Amino acid sequence: MLIAVILAIPIMVVLVNVLIGDSQVWRHLYHTVLAEYISNSLLLMLGVGIGVLLIGVPCAWLTSMCDFPGRGALSWALLLPMAVPAYIIAYTYTGVMDFAGPVQTFIRELTGWRYGEYWFFEIRSLGGAITMLTLVLYPYVYLMSRAAFLEQSQNTLEVSRTLGYSGRAVFFKLALPLARPAIITGLTLALMETLADYGTVQYFSVNTFTTGILRTFYGFGDVAAASQLAGVLLMFVAVLILLERYSRRRIRYHASGLKKASSRRMTLKGSQAWLAFIFCLLPICVGFLIPVGVLAYWAAFKAEMPGANFIQLAWNSFYLAAVASLLVVSLALVLSYAIRLNNGRAVRASVGIAGLGYALPGTIIAIGTIVPLAWLDHRIIDLVRQYADGKVGLIFSGTLVALLFAYVVRFMAVSLGAVQNGLGKIKPSMDMAGRSLGMSPTKVLTRIHIPLLKGSVLTALLIVFVDVLKELPATLILRPFNFNTLAVRAFELASDERLVDAAPASLMIVLVGLVPVILLSRSISSRLG
Amino acid sequence: MTSLSLHASLKELTLSDVSVGYDGSAVVKNASFQLLEGQIGCLLGPSGCGKSTLLRAIAGFESLMSGEIRIDGDVLSSPSHSVNPEHRFIGMVFQDIALFPHLTIAQNIAFGLSEWPKVAVQERVTYLLDLVGLAGFESRYPHSLSGGQQQRVALARAIAPKPKLLLMDEPFSGLDAKLREELVPDIRHILQHEKMSALLVTHDQMEAFAMADQVSVMDAGVIHQTGSPYQIYHRPETRFVASFIGHGDFLPAVVCGANCVHSDLGNIRGELDHGFADNAQVDLLVRPDDILHDDDSEFLGVIVSKWFRGSHFLYRVKLTSGKVIYCFASSHHNHAVGQEIGLSVHLDHLVLFSR
Repeated sequence: MLIAVILAIPIMVVLVNVLIGDSQVWRHLYHTVLAEYISNSLLLMLGVGIGVLLIGVPCAWLTSMCDFPGRGALSWALLLPMAVPAYIIAYTYTGVMDFAGPVQTFIRELTGWRYGEYWFFEIRSLGGAITMLTLVLYPYVYLMSRAAFLEQSQNTLEVSRTLGYSGRAVFFKLALPLARPAIITGLTLALMETLADYGTVQYFSVNTFTTGILRTFYGFGDVAAASQLAGVLLMFVAVLILLERYSRRRIRYHASGLKKASSRRMTLKGSQAWLAFIFCLLPICVGFLIPVGVLAYWAAFKAEMPGANFIQLAWNSFYLAAVASLLVVSLALVLSYAIRLNNGRAVRASVGIAGLGYALPGTIIAIGTIVPLAWLDHRIIDLVRQYADGKVGLIFSGTLVALLFAYVVRFMAVSLGAVQNGLGKIKPSMDMAGRSLGMSPTKVLTRIHIPLLKGSVLTALLIVFVDVLKELPATLILRPFNFNTLAVRAFELASDERLVDAAPASLMIVLVGLVPVILLSRSISSRLG
Repeated sequence: MTSLSLHASLKELTLSDVSVGYDGSAVVKNASFQLLEGQIGCLLGPSGCGKSTLLRAIAGFESLMSGEIRIDGDVLSSPSHSVNPEHRFIGMVFQDIALFPHLTIAQNIAFGLSEWPKVAVQERVTYLLDLVGLAGFESRYPHSLSGGQQQRVALARAIAPKPKLLLMDEPFSGLDAKLREELVPDIRHILQHEKMSALLVTHDQMEAFAMADQVSVMDAGVIHQTGSPYQIYHRPETRFVASFIGHGDFLPAVVCGANCVHSDLGNIRGELDHGFADNAQVDLLVRPDDILHDDDSEFLGVIVSKWFRGSHFLYRVKLTSGKVIYCFASSHHNHAVGQEIGLSVHLDHLVLFSR
């Protein structure tokens, strides 16, 4: 209960600031840039939304309902781009596609044109940001809609064929509407990530809420205005959360009573099969193979040799991620057991609040963290000054404590989900069975709960570990002075236009990020097998 | 307690005035009954009547508001005192089976034998697997077994430590009808072979009749009657028991003597005195097998609906008074709905309830 309340502090702080705050800077923001932030954020969401739907849904349909050569491998490889953080794919493609990059250089050499004499897609633009985000976020839609298609009963689809619908009509009249709640859920997840993105839009100089928040925070040093911006962003997020919850409820409704799909798929032949193959291969190439290949090439041949500095960075990242994931998962265990032992409304509600963090952009959480912690620090300093002569520094803000706290808030939901999933499989009757077979409560814990929970706890640890490693905006704001991680370093190098030198750090993040994606795809294929 | 000492088998389980409840409201009210050595008892009642709660109280998972639960004179539960579940030597089989998914079948069965020497454990596991007909399944995992097989493993796991008493909470409800029909006599046989006293909870009277020596019928937290299946079917003591067990109708009647009542179907005499005063207004319980089709009878009724049951017909018949009752007829007596037929009553014991 207490944990949950503490975890809710950042959201509360931001909300309160929206309601009461009114500063000069805010008014200034309102008159100058707010409209731009809103329109850019909306355009970004619109573009990414259309993009992920156009890639995710057809790929899901092809891999779940049709059969063509390579389908099995493609159906899990389509998840791979999830491992690439948006800012890293953005750096990579900028390096490849901008004026000095190999693509434009090649065109110039081939044609003899010079600067300004030809048009080329400007990647550092709103359109570029939309493309980049689409490439790494479509797996959310793919994953959800694929699950929905697979759950649809073959019978339902066949009945409509016997009633005179063609294959295409079945897709639009039946399969798509049935899968709509799942697709919307995937879409909202992708849009939440879009709103949370900082690295890409900042690098492409697209002014959105996240960049605005950081600029207000650093540039004006105005925490109040920054948190007011965060508050507006929070409203966008709230809409998405509501939409997501609503469509999840409908998934349950739609899926009721449907039996498991039989594995009869439409077999595609000849050119159709080739088209399907290429259509599914394309997002994998553009979203994963090309950028990772380029990164690997840069890291191996072009970048500065990583030295002691790099090892220090890697150590910082791993250490931070390890501590954070242990902390998050232990708290998740405590909360889950609280629910199990006392399934009251208050406990459940507070756990629900604790789980909100994942939907919130890192910037909001960072602002929500730093405000109360700074206040607390100053109270402590005052207190010490009053009663003793000693001087104390900042205990919470600007230290790893603040950073860890923000991670806990942000990633609690993920680990809660995994842990509760595991705990849900241990039915209460198993506890009773253990007791009636002569086990004391502690023995029930060690001999039944711990062995059964091991898997899901490890999964939770792993997911949080990787997420922390990839996290950029919250780390950027809250990290102690001169404390760098791989993600921050890649961001800094990229901002200094040293894209190639950022490659080793980026590659490392992508490779570590691959682990949970592989786990996920394995669990999907085992469920089907 | 030494590990291998076999707890002397149960002589008697006694519940006296047991009330169980949450937040001050009782789910089970003043339940009392006894179960003797080697008997299989059954708590029978509609869902939500408190029978599972009572079972869990006996296992030690619920605390008592009042009353006492004793085994062989030792108090297990009272409002002030409760022996921990792990020290009661009571085994339990659960509705959702609750096998440990991370352990093999052999490890599941051996779970309660942690203090036994290795050789003895091995012997016991082999013996039990053989007994429940699953020899050779030692190293399989629960998920690879069918529902019926899992239920057998759950039974073996529960009786492995040779508990004084075995509790079974709706053990067959998750299984389909055919499997249940096979499993019920099997399990009764295993329990008798092991001389295990057991208490079963179910809402299915056929299951109760097939398994139990003694049935306690419960409703709304109250035990209405405890007796043999024959007794509760033919000698129900309360209206609830009479209507919950089997088909039956209440026929209005007036007492006309120490062993006689007068009804729409004439004067009906039982073999024993019923204990009601003359001219008392009562309801007489009539089961379908008490009313026979008889062409010579002077009492007539109109067939409202009928079911062909192979060996016989079950008719629903409307008497001249408007009362509708069940009636059995041999399958040669095929009458159409709407036809009038003669009825006669064959009762040797009158079950009466005051109106």
